[in-house]
Amino acid sequence: MENENNLVVTAEKTKTYLGFWIYIMTDCVLFASLFAVYAVLHNNTNGGPSNSQLFSLPYALTETLILLTSSFTSGLSILAARNNHVKKVLLWMVVTFVLGISFLYLELHEFTNLVRSGNSWRESGFLSSYFTLVGTHGLHITVGLLWMAILGFIIITKGLTKKTVKGLTLLNIFWHFLDVIWIFIFSVVYLMGHVGL
Amino acid sequence: MYLFAGLLGLLNVNAFKHGLVENIGVAVMTLSVVFAVLFLTYTKRWKWLFSEWLTSLDHKKIGIMYIVVALLMLVKAGTDAAMMRIQQSISVGSNQGFLTASHYQQIFSAHGTTMIFFAAMGLMFGLINIGVPLLIGTRDVAFPLLNSISFWLFTAGMILLNTSLAIGDFSGAGWLAYPPLSELQFSPSVGVDYWIWSLQIAGVGSLLSGINFIVTIIKNRAQGMTLMKMPMFVWSAFGSMTLVIFAFPILTVTITLLYLDRFLGMHFFTGAGGGNPMMYVNLIWAWGHPEVYILILPAFGVFSEVVATFSRKRLFGYTSMVWAIWAIVLLSFTVWLHHFFTMGAGADVNGFFGIMTMIIAIPTGVKIFNWLFTMFRGRIKFATPMIYFMGFIFLFSIGGVAGVLMAVPPIDFQLNNSLFLVAHFHSMIVSGVLFGYFAGITYWFPKLFGFKLKDLIGRYAAYFWITGFVLAFVPLYILGFMGATRRMNHYATNLGFQPLFIVAAIGVGIIGLGLATQILTVLASIKERKQLKDTSGDPWDGRTLEWSIPSPAPEYNYAILPIVSKRDQFWEDKQKDSKPKRDKFKDFEVPKNSYIGLFIAFFAFSLGFAAVWHILWLFIFGLLGIILTIIIRSQSEDTNRLMTFDDLTTKDKLALKEQN
Repeated sequence: MENENNLVVTAEKTKTYLGFWIYIMTDCVLFASLFAVYAVLHNNTNGGPSNSQLFSLPYALTETLILLTSSFTSGLSILAARNNHVKKVLLWMVVTFVLGISFLYLELHEFTNLVRSGNSWRESGFLSSYFTLVGTHGLHITVGLLWMAILGFIIITKGLTKKTVKGLTLLNIFWHFLDVIWIFIFSVVYLMGHVGL
Repeated sequence: MYLFAGLLGLLNVNAFKHGLVENIGVAVMTLSVVFAVLFLTYTKRWKWLFSEWLTSLDHKKIGIMYIVVALLMLVKAGTDAAMMRIQQSISVGSNQGFLTASHYQQIFSAHGTTMIFFAAMGLMFGLINIGVPLLIGTRDVAFPLLNSISFWLFTAGMILLNTSLAIGDFSGAGWLAYPPLSELQFSPSVGVDYWIWSLQIAGVGSLLSGINFIVTIIKNRAQGMTLMKMPMFVWSAFGSMTLVIFAFPILTVTITLLYLDRFLGMHFFTGAGGGNPMMYVNLIWAWGHPEVYILILPAFGVFSEVVATFSRKRLFGYTSMVWAIWAIVLLSFTVWLHHFFTMGAGADVNGFFGIMTMIIAIPTGVKIFNWLFTMFRGRIKFATPMIYFMGFIFLFSIGGVAGVLMAVPPIDFQLNNSLFLVAHFHSMIVSGVLFGYFAGITYWFPKLFGFKLKDLIGRYAAYFWITGFVLAFVPLYILGFMGATRRMNHYATNLGFQPLFIVAAIGVGIIGLGLATQILTVLASIKERKQLKDTSGDPWDGRTLEWSIPSPAPEYNYAILPIVSKRDQFWEDKQKDSKPKRDKFKDFEVPKNSYIGLFIAFFAFSLGFAAVWHILWLFIFGLLGIILTIIIRSQSEDTNRLMTFDDLTTKDKLALKEQN
């Protein structure tokens, strides 16, 4: 069914969309390298505490659930854009933003606790790779939140246009991608660490 | 706190104190800049420079700028090479030569870094910029502004690298900065940080270019040009850019981790604290080996076009050529360990990578034979690009065979880090990559500027390069067998190295003559541009679409976008004397000039410089600047301008009127 008014479908037909997917692929390689580094270094604790002694699984699970929910609400904003419903788009964007900020807070809280308890990135190869892998994800989340805030502001002033919906679509790809990466972080760092792999 | 020490970070007056040789370098560099500024002011060209070139989004102009920057870097890094060879031919026995050991280290590190990242990569992106849109019959790349940003990031990286000459020092840890030597403990100065950040900035530019060209090739091809009808240069660019998007993120990560080690005291590659220096070597070559193919594939592409055109024959084995490219793309990620067989991964691992390395020679061999069969029974015209090709086919094959030799791990244990290796990879990079790009520049020059380069003097330049290359590098093969190691600034008399080093230095001199002759070729051709004018738009009796439009190619390339139904459509039409199928003229849009690339480069340079010297406020300034520039640009409407019939060039107007 061809619907000329469907801005989401139009957005998906542009070159930007393909280009952005390729960018996501390069980011995937970037994270793959960081995972490889973590895999090599995760046992090099330099006499310090190991993974299972440092992290609590319920805490990581809470982070995971918050981020997964934010991915869902972010998907709802695209659904609202499909129906050309500006207020709903903004509502779901706000919800996603709040969830994203909460996730980031939990992550930073964990980082601060680690550093305070004398387990900073300077202590061992394991901690260096942990902070860098998880921190890079956090940095991406920060960029995503910044993008979300600015885009939300633009949608408030300009409404749903071809351009803003394109931005929203790309932001959603980015956000879901970060979700996927986090699933891997949760599995590789927290779950496998918990069982001592 | 040592992280951010005061307003100027680590920067103090000592950063400006250098030895005599460095000071001469700084003086030459400063004088060149001053001279350029005075020249532009005197001839009142500033406005012209900005509006016609620096802010242009035209892919051809961006390509030319890439090539100009790259050639400057070629001269700069070539000077480094000459200094090294002079040092090696005099620094024997009691004579210590004219370079101190630490300066010599910086010179070979700068030579490799500059040549690969700023000379070879610049020439490659220049030619891809010029070639790809023209050959696939489109008006510009998919994202013209992104293209300009890529170029300016590349230039910002280049400027940061050269700043190290005047402020502070450069890395002395070799072109790939292996730890633990490149760690803070053993390289406490800012040299390695300069290396990291100039590569980081230029590397992001390369990555963006990779994305841009893949989208261009997938989405912007002329109507009817299916993938298997694309010219071979486009295929090779496609392969090369695919390698870019898979390999460059690894580089970004690797050098970021090295910086984190140095800046935040992390333990990725340190000897102590649970770091693993060997991981760095693996990571950097997981990028580094594909990088070699990133450079060589477009050169192969140029030769494919050149050989077919000057043999006046269809390219032999088109399909096998395409498969050879993709075989190389895939295999290039499975051979990285052959750069460090001696690191001790064990016989099985070494065996695997040795075999993979030998296998990757097969698709390359396929290409060599395809070019030879293209020439077979052709009516070959030995214009300058073909001379480069002839030099390439001999020297590259010899170098390639030397590479297969070293793929055997036990042999590599003997030759690792010797001058034999140095001779091998220069055979690949100089006679493969550089000769290919020189051929490409000569080949497309008339399309860009409207006149040909003088052929006779151009051929002399090629002969100088080929002779110089043989003299400069054959002695290194022999020296390698005699046990001479790379990066050696002094040796004992009784080793008997000196005569061969002197021959090599003479070879470098002849290469210098080649470079000078090339510059002379351009100057002489500009002087006689009236006689050398290309009136037909098709000076070589070419085969691909770019020769169907007037020279110099107008900003928009094609007034009417071409329609294709065969490979070498333009050539087929000429043979049958038939008019190509085309649509009616329609108005179209071209991108307006933009300062965004310049702004981003300025902020990226500030950020890089701040990271090198630990200047907090400047770092934040650079970061915020980049973010704000992107936000502001994302909100600007009206970035294109409409081209109607009246805006076309006179030649195109005439051609269109004739057609109706």
